[in-house]
Amino acid sequence: MTSSRRHLEPLKEWLIERFIWLCGVSAIFFVFAIFVFVFREGAEYFFNGFKAGEFFSSIEWYPTSRTHVRYGALALITGTFSVSFLSMFIAVPFGLGAAVFISEFCPPRLKEGLKIVIELLAAIPSVVWGFIGLTIMNSLIVQLFNAPLGLNMLNGAIILALMSVPIIVSIGEDALKAVPDSYREAALALGCTRWQMVFRVLLPAARNGLLAAVLLGIGRAVGETMAVLMATGHSIRIPRGVLEPVRTLTATIAAELGEAPVHSEHYQVLFIIGILLFTITFVINITADLIVRGIGKK
Amino acid sequence: MFEATDQTRRKQRQEKAIQYLLTAMTTIIVLPLLLIIFYLLYKAAPILSLEFLFENPIHGMRAGGIWAPLLGTIYLVLISLLIATPVGIFAAIYLNEYSRESWMTRVINLAVVNLAGVPSIVHALFGLGAFVLFAGIGRSILAASLTLAIMTLPVIIASTKESLAAVPHSFREACWNVGATRWQTIRHVVLPNSISGILTGVILQVSRAAGETAPVMFTGAVFFKAIQTGDPFAYGLLDQCMALSMHLFTISTQVPDVPEALTYGTAVVLLGVVLLFNALAIFLRVKLRGKKKW
Repeated sequence: MTSSRRHLEPLKEWLIERFIWLCGVSAIFFVFAIFVFVFREGAEYFFNGFKAGEFFSSIEWYPTSRTHVRYGALALITGTFSVSFLSMFIAVPFGLGAAVFISEFCPPRLKEGLKIVIELLAAIPSVVWGFIGLTIMNSLIVQLFNAPLGLNMLNGAIILALMSVPIIVSIGEDALKAVPDSYREAALALGCTRWQMVFRVLLPAARNGLLAAVLLGIGRAVGETMAVLMATGHSIRIPRGVLEPVRTLTATIAAELGEAPVHSEHYQVLFIIGILLFTITFVINITADLIVRGIGKK
Repeated sequence: MFEATDQTRRKQRQEKAIQYLLTAMTTIIVLPLLLIIFYLLYKAAPILSLEFLFENPIHGMRAGGIWAPLLGTIYLVLISLLIATPVGIFAAIYLNEYSRESWMTRVINLAVVNLAGVPSIVHALFGLGAFVLFAGIGRSILAASLTLAIMTLPVIIASTKESLAAVPHSFREACWNVGATRWQTIRHVVLPNSISGILTGVILQVSRAAGETAPVMFTGAVFFKAIQTGDPFAYGLLDQCMALSMHLFTISTQVPDVPEALTYGTAVVLLGVVLLFNALAIFLRVKLRGKKKW
């Protein structure tokens, strides 16, 4: 190595390390940028004329009315939460049940296979799920429940449940795996059956991780767009039963952003909905992370 | 004398019942995947052929193939890959090789988790606000790819970090002891030993980017665009394009009277591409685990 190159080595090293640091902090920058740019598009209306009271308490969403434009998002908010919670009603027991089965009951060979299938299930694109809701689930629900419409809350919830189950299973299984084997051995040595061991020892010990799994499942359900846009029937109202069509916050943005003129009031309100969604998922993710770290400390 | 007591028998019955219940629950989760794939394939069978891939949609998207959307998706995926892969790999190198346990690392990890958790439609709003309007790129392949790149960044950071962490620390110590710098160690020891794991992450990223709809819908993908069939360079960087995922959405909800086989065919191709890349990543990972000697 010539001496001039040797002089350059530290400089090169320094440059590369700066670059690596830059990439490292880029994730923080991007999250921050997402908030700033989404908020920026809606800011003008948010500070002038945006009626938060109407937004959160009225169900009258008439963004393109000629005479009296109203932006009441209550029906959209209840739409998002009713579909999400109904889907969790299905996904949590099945997801946790499958996590327990995979982690504690199933033979090792089958375990590998099941984990692969669950991973593939997680990979199905949301628009394909939406298509499945539109076609297969649609006719199934009409036939099974005698419903007038197959595109409704139940349809969306089942699709969302199938979409969030893989997250619940994989994070739930990690949480169960993190419980030390000595706990299992102690329980079995006392004469517990496997189920007693799971129910009395493992579930309490893995409580936090399982809770985080459920939270991340909810986060996925709340933020899902294409599947609910295609499967829930897209009608703005407070649902009175699971067989009624609903519309969610995400679906509203996806359906209306294309038609709203850039920088119009309507357009800006859609960005404000975006900020609301960002805030909801942000809180859910931070909470889940804090819960998981909580275990790490112990 | 050693006969089971009533209580033991009750316990055994309960144990059996629970096992059956859990097995059934798992089956109910796993079964839909297989049913869905077979049903879609069955419905799409009449139309699936090479011509379907290489012909453009015609007659208001009610006939023909999927060439324009397929090529658009390939463009979007490749360009987003070019942007996200280096940033993601270096970010993972920072997190695994340079940073110490500090509040900064904590915040970065939180940011990565949050970036993965931001709803896809919010990514779309961000792409529209930042790239299309603020940066003035306009609705284009470039703007859509940038949006996709940021969205898929967490995928590659997570898997790269995992494969870097799998390289034993003794490898690094041995390298430092012969006088190599941190970067030299990473470049010549850590990266070569984790390259297959990183590749797995890149493949997963492809699969994720190919399936996304919402982020490209308002940043660069259009309902319809006529391009030359057979010309792989038909799109420019600043052109708008069709995308397979959005095409499926369009023909199944926005266009009336589309023949059933056409929509099912599009769904099968999209699902096929995504699952194929995922299966490849899984295959690579399983093979890798078998080969590892430390």
